[in-house]
Amino acid sequence: MTKKMDNTTRYERLLERYGNGDLDRRSFLGLIGAAGLAYGVQTPFARQALAATDEVRFDGWGGVVSEAFRKYAFDPYTAKTGVPVVDGTFGGGDEYLSRVKASQPGEYNIAHLSGVFDYARYANLGFASELNEANIPNLEFVIPKLVDVYRPITGGKLSCVPYDYGTTGIAYNRKYISDEEMKTKGAKILIDEAYKGKISGWGDWRTRIWFGALQTGQDPNNAEDMDAVWDAIRAHRDLSLKYWTSGAELMSLLAEEEIYVTEAWSGRIYALQEQGHDIGYMDPPNGYGWQECLFVIKGSPMEACEELLNFMLAPETSIAVAEGQNYPPALDPSKVELGDKIPTLPAFDPEGTLAGLTFADPGYWNGHEAEWSKTFGRVQKGY
Amino acid sequence: MSVEAREARQPWILLSPALTAIVLLLVVPLIFILVYSFWLRTATGADVAGFHLDNWQEALTDPFYRDILLGTLKIAAITAVVCALMGYPAAYFIARSEGNKAILLLLLMLPFWISYIIRTMSWINILGVSGAFNTFLMWTGVISEPIQMLYNQTTVILGLVHFLLPFMVLNVFVSLDGIDTNLEDAANSLGATKWESFVQVTLPLSLPGLAAGGLLCFVLAAGTYITPLVLGGPRDAMFANLVFEAIITQLNWPLGSALSLMLLAVLGVLVMIYNRYLGMAQLMKGLG
Repeated sequence: MTKKMDNTTRYERLLERYGNGDLDRRSFLGLIGAAGLAYGVQTPFARQALAATDEVRFDGWGGVVSEAFRKYAFDPYTAKTGVPVVDGTFGGGDEYLSRVKASQPGEYNIAHLSGVFDYARYANLGFASELNEANIPNLEFVIPKLVDVYRPITGGKLSCVPYDYGTTGIAYNRKYISDEEMKTKGAKILIDEAYKGKISGWGDWRTRIWFGALQTGQDPNNAEDMDAVWDAIRAHRDLSLKYWTSGAELMSLLAEEEIYVTEAWSGRIYALQEQGHDIGYMDPPNGYGWQECLFVIKGSPMEACEELLNFMLAPETSIAVAEGQNYPPALDPSKVELGDKIPTLPAFDPEGTLAGLTFADPGYWNGHEAEWSKTFGRVQKGY
Repeated sequence: MSVEAREARQPWILLSPALTAIVLLLVVPLIFILVYSFWLRTATGADVAGFHLDNWQEALTDPFYRDILLGTLKIAAITAVVCALMGYPAAYFIARSEGNKAILLLLLMLPFWISYIIRTMSWINILGVSGAFNTFLMWTGVISEPIQMLYNQTTVILGLVHFLLPFMVLNVFVSLDGIDTNLEDAANSLGATKWESFVQVTLPLSLPGLAAGGLLCFVLAAGTYITPLVLGGPRDAMFANLVFEAIITQLNWPLGSALSLMLLAVLGVLVMIYNRYLGMAQLMKGLG
């Protein structure tokens, strides 16, 4: 007599086979999807019961990042639980915060936020939820340092789980700029007259000020001479072709050779390199490090969101997403074997201590946010 | 109810769906924006309700906003003039063409089937360093290195003309199509040349359409923010970009509200001047 296997056991066996290396990633994800589909078709009522929550909305950075999330996390999750994940995109944390502020509670659920300063801003505006960590057992695989920085902001509790990290360094076209020149000039290459009209940068005030501090030899988390920083930003503005506003635009400007050098997000440059473009990438000393999290907004269906977060933090999912979006996962390399590709990604820290990365101090940056974002708006336009 | 009373109520009954939509979708949001403009933004991004004149004082007295507003009006005026110069001959050709008028009008409407943002971004593939124009010039040997043509004020105006030209052509076409061609024939029979009959008869009679098209192009150009974002350089921002930045980047909804009302007021004054001298009837015909 054949014993009927329940769905959970089926998934566990599948996961075990994948973990043992008996299944490649594509087959694993395909079988997860097929099993979920078959389960949904076979027992629609059970599927409906699981899908008591209509859907979960997720907003992220678009482009290759969103593609990776959709392919390696949301589709398998929906196949398993029957809960659809609606994914939207944004060009920056500021823009998204404005949308959340204008929304009704529950309209937006999970956001792929960058930086601890964004977490603090959302918390300060009353958008922080309270996660039940018991529902997210996979949180144990995450680098402790990435988790600990969030707790003091929300009274010891968490409203997010860390998911990945990366850097904003400098990307350059090797056809026109050599690795040696980059090493010599560092961040100052962005204000080098020789490349006038072929320079660009992100139109984000924090990034502009961070690199302005580097160009004037100051600590980005404690610049003492802001006049010098603003002058550096003006110099960069006058040499720039334009400010880019999204990762897709950054990739297009570099790939089309409209620009030769710009600050850039590490994962996007890795994607360009994978496409065969000869684009170099370097993190200057005190380069801009950031960690991203999956933030659950107050008013969201918590259990469904926690289940999705736990699913996304499962090493198999997290590694597949990381390989797709080209940013190292928040998983602790001392606890999880991360495979072959992830150690080759920019900014990857094999120790899991992240000691080599400089992160934005949330108190310092949020304390100046109102003043600096406004001033940058004027400097950007020629003032 | 008397017949007179019923007849007096009938227009209001028929207008009620449109009036409801206008009140709910335009008047009420405008009142919200007006109220918001008197609030203040705190350091954390939260808003403080109240009656504060700080945002209005800043918007009206800070030369930064005045300069950007004047620059925006200049770009909008240039766009309207270029649209008029390019649109009038096209509209004249369509109005005077025999038989294929419907096809030409359909062709005029075709660009509206493609998203405005995509149409704007198409210029990157045309004028970019690796775009069609540079590639052609290099292929023919006219240039050896690609020319940087994008991300300046000229490309912003180009993008706006591309977007707004059909509005101008339609307005002028409606005006020209309503002119009795016998008037031109009469002028010719009285000894006027073709050019003289156009300048002294057709052009003056079509001026209301030209003015309506010009107003429409000007107002739409002055309120745009996508085109300078996609095709402009760091210094090519227009006033609507300031509203966008205040609300989205700086999370300063109160200041953004004051700025948007300021732009609305300036454009409203221009529409009122137009209405005072030319009336809104021609504009409605063009839009219809």
